[in-house]
Amino acid sequence: MALLQNNFPTFLQGFGYTLLSSIIALIGSMILGTGFAIMQIVPQKWIQKIGNIYVQVFRNIPLLIITFFFFLVVSKYIKMSGFTSGTVALMLYTSAFIAETVRAGILAVNTGQMEGARANGLSFAQAMRYIVLPQAFRISLPSLGNQFINLVKNSSILAFVGGLDLMYQGNMIAANTFDTFSTYIIVAIFYLILTLPLSYYIQHLERKLKRAA
Amino acid sequence: MSMIEFKNVEKYYGDFHALKNVNLKIDEGETVVLIGPSGSGKSTLIRTVNGLEEIQEGQLLVNGFDLHDPKTDMNRIRKNVGMVFQHFNLYDNKTTLENIMLAPRLVLKRDEAENKKIAMELLEKVGLADKAANMPSELSGGQKQRAAIARSLAMRPKALLFDEPTSALDPEMVGDVLDVMRDIAKDSSMTMLVVTHEMSFAKAVADRVIFMADGQVLEDSTTQEFFDSPKEARAQQFLSQVEHH
Repeated sequence: MALLQNNFPTFLQGFGYTLLSSIIALIGSMILGTGFAIMQIVPQKWIQKIGNIYVQVFRNIPLLIITFFFFLVVSKYIKMSGFTSGTVALMLYTSAFIAETVRAGILAVNTGQMEGARANGLSFAQAMRYIVLPQAFRISLPSLGNQFINLVKNSSILAFVGGLDLMYQGNMIAANTFDTFSTYIIVAIFYLILTLPLSYYIQHLERKLKRAA
Repeated sequence: MSMIEFKNVEKYYGDFHALKNVNLKIDEGETVVLIGPSGSGKSTLIRTVNGLEEIQEGQLLVNGFDLHDPKTDMNRIRKNVGMVFQHFNLYDNKTTLENIMLAPRLVLKRDEAENKKIAMELLEKVGLADKAANMPSELSGGQKQRAAIARSLAMRPKALLFDEPTSALDPEMVGDVLDVMRDIAKDSSMTMLVVTHEMSFAKAVADRVIFMADGQVLEDSTTQEFFDSPKEARAQQFLSQVEHH
């Protein structure tokens, strides 16, 4: 308890950075992931190919390597902090998984929905936006929830590049106080403060959407 | 003036020759019924008319535009040509009312108050005014199909395509849907192309009957001619089969 009291501002700062990084990466990876999911199902083969290459690249390389790539290589050309490199890497990495999740959701929506919309005069983009994607998100919600929770936990890679996040601050406090056990327990609790409400919220959404359907 | 015109149209699925040298002309305001055994290419044919299926050769003119020309804007054709599907294809994530209002709002930019008024009138017309707020999953098959017809009509199309609109319905639901279609056919400016197995509907409503088999148009005659004295042996055989049960 004393450990928490003495280092509370530091924990809180780390918590804040983890929260910030997670929110940015979550929103960014949802947008990118949805975009790359759509790219993989448009009729144009070359666009499909690009979408597929993106997903394969970012899905099959360890997150830590992507993070180092941005921190050590990209930052030579574009100035960015450890926090930014880590968050960008997290966003791209997660977006590849979200792309696959959303793509599976789109494929699970009855093809008649797209056909009905196109025959009704809607463009491909309108049909996607108003008819197919809302249904695809509903179908993929459970797996999207998993991705979001993984994302929050994976944000701990920021610690490797001086990202000032919860894990980073935890490492610092543990090194200063030598009380590793208590420190990481507290760090774990802070992660739970983020991930548990997220899990419950997703479960709540699932139930709500189930009723609406 | 012809609304839909096929000129030497060929359609393939890979090696399968689905439409063989189809020549057809459907005039504005005509109601034409397309019949034939299953696998004869009826659905394929009707689906080419609004570009859901591409043709490989020939010319297909719809409302004056050539669908085989890559420059033709398919969305513009579809604004004027509605389609009713065997499996309804209502938007599962929208209420009945929203199903009808969505396309006019997005595509025609129809004023919201007017859009709602027209949608409610159409729901009234197909007998579903009390289902406006319901989701498609809460409707019966017949109600879904009537809602789908209302959705097509809301675009004020010049032509409507019906692809086996009653084939997925329970027998007791068929009548209501056919009644709605009969009403639409009375409108002299609406062009209707209907794929169906409902011979009584064809007899009562169609101006012309087209008989297809194996991807070919075998017979194209007035309704009376077709049912009284079908010329082709395949048509005679088909009629005797459907009329004997």
